[in-house]
Amino acid sequence: MLDLTTQTNLLEMRSVCRSFPKGSGEELLVLEKVDLTIHSGEIVGLLGRSGSGKSTLLRIIAGLIAPSSGHAKCRGETIVGPPNGVSMVFQSFALFPWLTVLQNVELGLEALGIESSERRTRALAAIDLIGLDGFESAYPKELSGGMRQRVGFARALVVHPDLLLMDEPFSALDVLTAETLRTDLIDLWIEGRLPIKSVLMVTHNIEEAVLMCDRILVFSSNPGRVAAEIKIDLPHPRNRLDAIFRQLVDSIYARMTQRPETRAPAIEGIQGIGVGMILKHVSSNVLSGLIETLAGPPYNGHADLPVLAGHLQLEADEIFHLGESLQLLRFAQLSEGDLMLTDAGKRFAHLETDARKKLFAEHLINYVPVIGLIRRVLDERPSHTAPAARFRNELEDYMAEDQADETLKTIVSWARYAELFAYDEQSETFSLENPH
Amino acid sequence: MTLDDILTPRLGQALRPNIWDGVALVLVIGAMVLIVYGGEQTALPLSALDASPVSLDPTNLPVYALRTTMRMLLAIVCSIIFTFVYAALAAKSRRAEMVLIPLLDILQSVPILGFLTFTVVFFLNLFPGQVFGAELACVFAIFTSQAWNMTFSMYQSIRNVPKDLEEASQSFHLSGWQRFWRLDVPFAMPGLIWNTMMSMSGGWFFVVASEAITVGNTTVTLPGIGSYVALAIQKQNLPAIGYAILTMLLVIIAYDQLLFRPVVAWADKFRFEQTASATAPSSWMLDLFRRTRALRALTYPFAALNKVISNLHLAIPGSLRIPVRSGPPSHVIDAAWLALILASTGYAAWRAYQYLSATLSPSDVLAALGYGFITLARVIVLITLATLIWVPIGVWIGLRPKLAERIQPLAQFLAAFPANLAFPVFVVVIVRYSLDPNIWLSPLMILGTQWYILFNVIAGASAFPTDLREAAGSFHLGGWRWWIKVILPGIFPYYITGAITASGGSWNASIVAEVASWGDTHLTASGLGAYIANATEAGDFPRVVLGITVMCLLVTLFNRLLWRPLYAFGERRLRLG
Repeated sequence: MLDLTTQTNLLEMRSVCRSFPKGSGEELLVLEKVDLTIHSGEIVGLLGRSGSGKSTLLRIIAGLIAPSSGHAKCRGETIVGPPNGVSMVFQSFALFPWLTVLQNVELGLEALGIESSERRTRALAAIDLIGLDGFESAYPKELSGGMRQRVGFARALVVHPDLLLMDEPFSALDVLTAETLRTDLIDLWIEGRLPIKSVLMVTHNIEEAVLMCDRILVFSSNPGRVAAEIKIDLPHPRNRLDAIFRQLVDSIYARMTQRPETRAPAIEGIQGIGVGMILKHVSSNVLSGLIETLAGPPYNGHADLPVLAGHLQLEADEIFHLGESLQLLRFAQLSEGDLMLTDAGKRFAHLETDARKKLFAEHLINYVPVIGLIRRVLDERPSHTAPAARFRNELEDYMAEDQADETLKTIVSWARYAELFAYDEQSETFSLENPH
Repeated sequence: MTLDDILTPRLGQALRPNIWDGVALVLVIGAMVLIVYGGEQTALPLSALDASPVSLDPTNLPVYALRTTMRMLLAIVCSIIFTFVYAALAAKSRRAEMVLIPLLDILQSVPILGFLTFTVVFFLNLFPGQVFGAELACVFAIFTSQAWNMTFSMYQSIRNVPKDLEEASQSFHLSGWQRFWRLDVPFAMPGLIWNTMMSMSGGWFFVVASEAITVGNTTVTLPGIGSYVALAIQKQNLPAIGYAILTMLLVIIAYDQLLFRPVVAWADKFRFEQTASATAPSSWMLDLFRRTRALRALTYPFAALNKVISNLHLAIPGSLRIPVRSGPPSHVIDAAWLALILASTGYAAWRAYQYLSATLSPSDVLAALGYGFITLARVIVLITLATLIWVPIGVWIGLRPKLAERIQPLAQFLAAFPANLAFPVFVVVIVRYSLDPNIWLSPLMILGTQWYILFNVIAGASAFPTDLREAAGSFHLGGWRWWIKVILPGIFPYYITGAITASGGSWNASIVAEVASWGDTHLTASGLGAYIANATEAGDFPRVVLGITVMCLLVTLFNRLLWRPLYAFGERRLRLG
């Protein structure tokens, strides 16, 4: 007899797209033609930068939002609303603070209308499995982060889903707690004690993906697409220090810092070009600090990203942001998983505060089009002032409202550091006058 | 037997009654008997009121206090039901929201005592010749003073339910009904309870004011503390007023201890926080009930009922269901809906104009506006005076934690105390020394509401961070510089919250404060409050409507142009932490 589970795909998505309205009212494409199939018995990771649309994809699968176009099928049925046999673990745990651990775990069963004695048995079994015995009557606020996420897992497992969705489940936990929880989960998975068939996990942590997944789909940003699929055949339990493990991590780092050939003018991770560039806020202090670190030993102007991330205790995602900001300002260059200082970057490292500000200002004007634009407008106007709304409108032609907010915040903070122009928060205007 | 033996129930004795069961049982049965007795009294015909008129005998006061309290209870129950329905509808249906929320905003600024005129007539006609009608009118007046802010609080809570919990309840297939009881209501609970407490504080004022009402030729005197005081004024009996004040003090303390503290302590678990706070509110009454074994068992059926209700698999009306596909809403239906709203608004405006223009001329409108500005000037002067007095005192108290701990409950209690009970005391002084009522009646408007400023300032000063105080100290900031740069910005958001409440309350109070009497002596301060009060007594409905409209307009403008911008400024720039 054929084993049905190996024949049918748990999940099938065909050219799924999703867009959201931009600030200007037009649509911003977040997911572009995503194909995804999940079979029984595998852990699949969706790896990508924040804002690459991977969480959106997860929410489409969970039936929480609908795709703009394309087909999404779960167990052969088109997904309309949360499908049966799928449950979800949240990054923020999403526990009900007024319910005890036991009541939180029972909640999903209650909604299914399962009668109370069976509910209790199953809930206690799930609590037992996930290592929460003794905490049944505790309220979430009495628990540590790790214990809370265990409740999140128990609540998701108790309904015996075929597919378990996990939305960055370990990213709100400290390093040690996260590691314990990961290994506990993998142990249960290998021993076949989890009442589930497959797992789909969203993460931006490269090592985590390599540690846990059988298959990793690497997402590229703007719009989100599956850029690569990587099979991980290493046996569990995996060793982070293993040479093959390190190699895999390095190669994924390299892949994620590669410049795509097709869109040469765009800088990967910095969305859009020209004035429509989305700027992520990074403090000028952090940028200076990073340049100094890179310039000094042991890097001497050239660092391997995974090593640098480990040294600075930063997540891959954070180190990418920093690297890209430096790259945008032409103080450093990213390629093949390495970060190298440019000549300007090396010069910056050895300058005094005022000279640094001057160099920073020069680079802002030359390489950040929107800052150049604001400065030009301020220079041209007789009053030397301009309302922020004027530039916000322009930004919102290219991006969503919250992205425009973040970009404006970045502009203000960088321009203040470089003493290019001032910003008055109360009247929301830019001006050339700095208070003396 | 030590106290500890009583306090900690031993295992295996879960259902055997203990000594605390006895105490709690007496309390429960006592409450039931009182409720039944109070209920019987309302079923009598209206003529019974004349047969047994209110008397000044202090031995009647407990019964009057009971009747007054019953009205409060009934009103709060109505307010809660109204809140659940109205807030849920407004939060879940976009089209309902378009109408309901602005409506609520206006209702909040309508002077409640102006309502009485219409509601008394309406309810007396609804139940002709029965005490019940008059009781309902009174309850309705209290209801209108309580419901709006509760509804606002619940609406805002439902709108701000955390997104992850919303997604969790969706992904675990909770129905709309289940979600409402499992997520929306618990999440809204802390805000709702806080607002209910504030409403109760305000409510005592209105229950006292609305028990003895004269509308045109109809005079209704419902047995209660308010009527007792009204009679005492008529009879010029100062000791009786003292008894009434004393009784009210006891009633409010009992209400707070027996009802509200237990509820607040119980609701602590609904607070949306991820870490346990240092001090949880406590209540001896709740502890008592939690310790009693048999009585706790009595609550099990209620818990079970609660479960059944929240798990009912009801067919959910479409408007309550959260659509997964959030496609663009239909513009055609939107347009039709908007047209309907505009048409009914236009019709209502036309009818109102017709009604008013039949008896009133433009000069009446000007007169009402003139009175309105006089009262506005009073409110501004009084708030300024109260600020100058209570801000320094509040800061002084708030910076001394030991003292603040003792004064704070007192200030909150004074805010709850119906100041109109104390009016006669002031009126006697004004009459005796022949003072100008235009000036000396004014302070009555703020007598009850000034405490909101005090206790908010105390709260603000207590919450002021120690490190900032120390920093100010180490830089030798002193004198006016310390006030302007350090403490005033620090307490500003708190002060504004208090001042908004105080100013709103003063407008309302003007209707009872600008006219006063002592026996046959009548004092009137010219102002919009007196205008409405006199029109009510004369049964002159068009003028009542005009007066209410003008007051509504002024209050709304005052809020929009002054308080809201200040509040927004405080929240944006001066909120610490």
